[in-house]
Amino acid sequence: MTKELIAQHNLTDDEYQKIVGILGREPNITELGMFSVMWSEHCSYKSSRVHLRKLPTTGPRVVQGPGENAGAVDIGDGLCAVFKMESHNHPSFIEPYQGAATGVGGILRDIFTMGARPIALLDALRFGGLDNPKNRHLVKGVVAGIAGYGNCMGVPTVGGEIVFNDIYSQNPLVNVFCLGIAQKDKIFLGTAAGIGNPVIYFGSKTGRDGIHGATMASDSFDDQSEQKRPTVQVGDPFTEKLLLEACLELMAGDLLVGIQDMGAAGLTSSSCEMAARAGNGMDLDLTNVPRREPGMTAYELMLSESQERMLMVAQAGKEEECIRICKKWDLDVAVVGRVTGDGILRVRDQGQVVAEIPAKSLADDGPRYERPYSPPGYQDMLTNLNYDALPDVKDANAALLLLLESPTIASKRWVYEQYDHMVRTNTMVRPGSDAAVVRIKGTNKSLAMTVDCNSRYCLLHPYEGARIAVAEAARNLVCSGAEPIGLTDCLNFGNPERPEIMWQFVLAIEGLRDACEHFKVPIVSGNVSFYNETNGLSIYPTPMLGMVGLIESAEETMTQWFKQDGDAIILLGKTREDLGGSEYLKVLHHREQGSPPLLSLEAEKSLHDFLLKAIRDGLVQSAHDCSDGGLAVALVESCISGPVARRGAVVGLGLDTLRQDALLFGESQSRVVLSVKPELVDQILKRAGEAEVPAMKIGTVGGDRVVIDVAKGQWSEGCRIDLPVDQLFEQWAFSIERTLSQA
Amino acid sequence: MKIGVVVFPGSNCDHDCQHIFKDVLGQSVEMIWHKETSLAGLDAIVLPGGFSYGDYLRTGAIAKFSPVMGLVKEFAKGGGMVLGICNGFQILLEAGMLPGAMLRNKSLHFICKDLSVKVENAATSFTSACQPGQVLKIPIAHADGNYYTDPVTLAAMQANAQIVLRYCTPESKVTPAANPNGSLDNIAGIINAAGNVLGMMPHPERCAETVLGNDDGKLIFLSMLESLKQGKKPLQMASA
Repeated sequence: MTKELIAQHNLTDDEYQKIVGILGREPNITELGMFSVMWSEHCSYKSSRVHLRKLPTTGPRVVQGPGENAGAVDIGDGLCAVFKMESHNHPSFIEPYQGAATGVGGILRDIFTMGARPIALLDALRFGGLDNPKNRHLVKGVVAGIAGYGNCMGVPTVGGEIVFNDIYSQNPLVNVFCLGIAQKDKIFLGTAAGIGNPVIYFGSKTGRDGIHGATMASDSFDDQSEQKRPTVQVGDPFTEKLLLEACLELMAGDLLVGIQDMGAAGLTSSSCEMAARAGNGMDLDLTNVPRREPGMTAYELMLSESQERMLMVAQAGKEEECIRICKKWDLDVAVVGRVTGDGILRVRDQGQVVAEIPAKSLADDGPRYERPYSPPGYQDMLTNLNYDALPDVKDANAALLLLLESPTIASKRWVYEQYDHMVRTNTMVRPGSDAAVVRIKGTNKSLAMTVDCNSRYCLLHPYEGARIAVAEAARNLVCSGAEPIGLTDCLNFGNPERPEIMWQFVLAIEGLRDACEHFKVPIVSGNVSFYNETNGLSIYPTPMLGMVGLIESAEETMTQWFKQDGDAIILLGKTREDLGGSEYLKVLHHREQGSPPLLSLEAEKSLHDFLLKAIRDGLVQSAHDCSDGGLAVALVESCISGPVARRGAVVGLGLDTLRQDALLFGESQSRVVLSVKPELVDQILKRAGEAEVPAMKIGTVGGDRVVIDVAKGQWSEGCRIDLPVDQLFEQWAFSIERTLSQA
Repeated sequence: MKIGVVVFPGSNCDHDCQHIFKDVLGQSVEMIWHKETSLAGLDAIVLPGGFSYGDYLRTGAIAKFSPVMGLVKEFAKGGGMVLGICNGFQILLEAGMLPGAMLRNKSLHFICKDLSVKVENAATSFTSACQPGQVLKIPIAHADGNYYTDPVTLAAMQANAQIVLRYCTPESKVTPAANPNGSLDNIAGIINAAGNVLGMMPHPERCAETVLGNDDGKLIFLSMLESLKQGKKPLQMASA
């Protein structure tokens, strides 16, 4: 094996020597390829695994934690919610439509492989600024790709979030979350138990696409990266839909022992991981693998990442029934091997043994690295910000309009109107509120879902940023009337071989751990995406979270928009001088600096407990989390985001020790804008006092203008926002559409 | 009543239609696999939305060759009620059971949102529970809903009151601005001359329960059940 060949497979000399040690001989080319994909960062988590262990993954509701295709959480009634989030960043940059589409396809397979019918998708996307035509092209392609795949599958895309920042221009993020519902006692795992049981391949034929996709996803990018387009797979949602229905039909019968989708590293990963989980081996014969073209080598067959393929281990004697069901759904199907007891993954092609590797070595014995980490030299420069040098806001109207137009804050309707967000007729709260809410048919329950991460906070302080991400996700669920019950993460970072990136990663993990432990929300599944760097420039650390909450009774579902004129507006939580890392500083002062807002986990938890009880007791008309753009933007969103009517509001603020811009646009945590019926104000304020949650009435819903008066204070002259609701709506609702309609 | 919901490979609103008729309206529902060779015992047939055969080639273009479609045609010839929703409507067009064809939406985008739809003919078996001119709020979700037909056919359909549903403003004005996809004459739904086959792009099954915030769509299904219960023959149009 030449040094060049080893290097081309992204293996280090040490890693190669380890392979030789395992095999007791030099690997052949097929074996080298199999090791290279299984030991890639993408598949082996070699840089992250020692840190991921710190995360809390257990709890009374956890049915399945990390390590399987997806996590599962008990929601009662004999059901569980099965969910996971995954990244498809690199492919989406190279080929936005197919990259995003196959990202959706991959996560859907992870869910239905577990025996769950997928009922909801959410997407968390990061792009560079829309003033750049290339970014506009990426946005259009990614959104069309998600729509093309998800819509065809008949799984609604019910929510998500999008942030625009030039740091993502050379490395956009496409993170897809999927949730399905399964019978708690009918969860399927990827296990090859039972020596002699048949291994059956079904789905699409294997082609030469996507070979080394996992390796590509484990490398940094440069100007030549577009040449990697052939490593991006091409999706066929129609076949995936057939695969979904076939899987659920197979699972309804007593036929299967284990099942796994062929995602990254294709046939190699599915076969060795299933065998390793059961402590068994597998004997595969490639001769019968359905293929798109003749002349494919064993190397290509084992490494192809052609989409819409599955591997199942059936009970011996049930082969015919499995084949019948696959054929009913017009899928290719073939018995390609048997489970063996010797622990070896043995691959034959045309009568020859072409690979012979201990399954466990491939799946589990990859290298583990404790990579060095230390803060970057520029960290202090990022956090130190002299606020005295920044003039306070003069024209609050103009500042508000600029923020509403900022694509990060502006309505995402241009995006979600391209997604079928209603199919399956479960969507109770559609995209555009704090969280999406989907009912569970056959019960009175519903599930709320949100994806969140403020990566600028994570840049400024990875530990605080990660804690805030958890707090905000939980707050979004609570504002929707849901109790947070589980979490999946998708950790997007730069090159882990750089100590400062590893530092961001380690701190973020610790932040996640501390916040999740405090809120008692376990992390049941996840994904790490390293090497999000192009030409040496890393993305902001982006530990994206997907959190799921349970609403016991559908009537307790809450939304963010004001419901009725005359209702009182109440602000929960304390407003501090938290301008650091705010969207306001970025948009108005072009600075992404300072310390992220202070977060007290205790105060946050008190807020959640108080608010959830108030919503369940029917005291609340609307609840909206304050996040990007602060209190002023939250108030305006409550006025203009409703599906039926837009409403005005008259608000008076007088916190006299704050800067005006911090009061209006600062992003202090643990704050919620409520509206309540006027006769319930006293009761709410009394309850809040007892729960030690800061609360005050700040205004009234009504009229056709949004008026926010800031009284003169110790540090400020006072200012006034006074704008027509319709103008605010136009500014906010069509901003992205206006920008994208440029060539 | 016994309602048949046809399942093509790629149908994805089949369960939603089943849910409405079975769980919401208490009827019996049979899921009809596209290779089925008998439709005996059914009172009405629904062709649900989705992406039959992946919408490859052209929406509905492959589904029309499914074995079940021959039976559906016979069923309709015998006066049986057939409702095609979204992809079901597209299939009815491709199969020649309704006149015209679907083009891509004018925006070239998939569009999913609530819209206002005016009931232009409340005397059909599918709309009898509505008031004439009533505005229904119903969502659309399609990429190919830009209805087209030739001027002669359009004139005949207009004269015959075969244009049953039109996109309109919430105030019931049929305007170009209220047209989401460029559809000819703001057409959202049409019926055949015999009055027993309706195709509509909006999804009534998505808005037939108060828990989802809107039950306007239920009127379509209630109309069907009422017509079936009365056992009346489909209304004859003035001329064919």
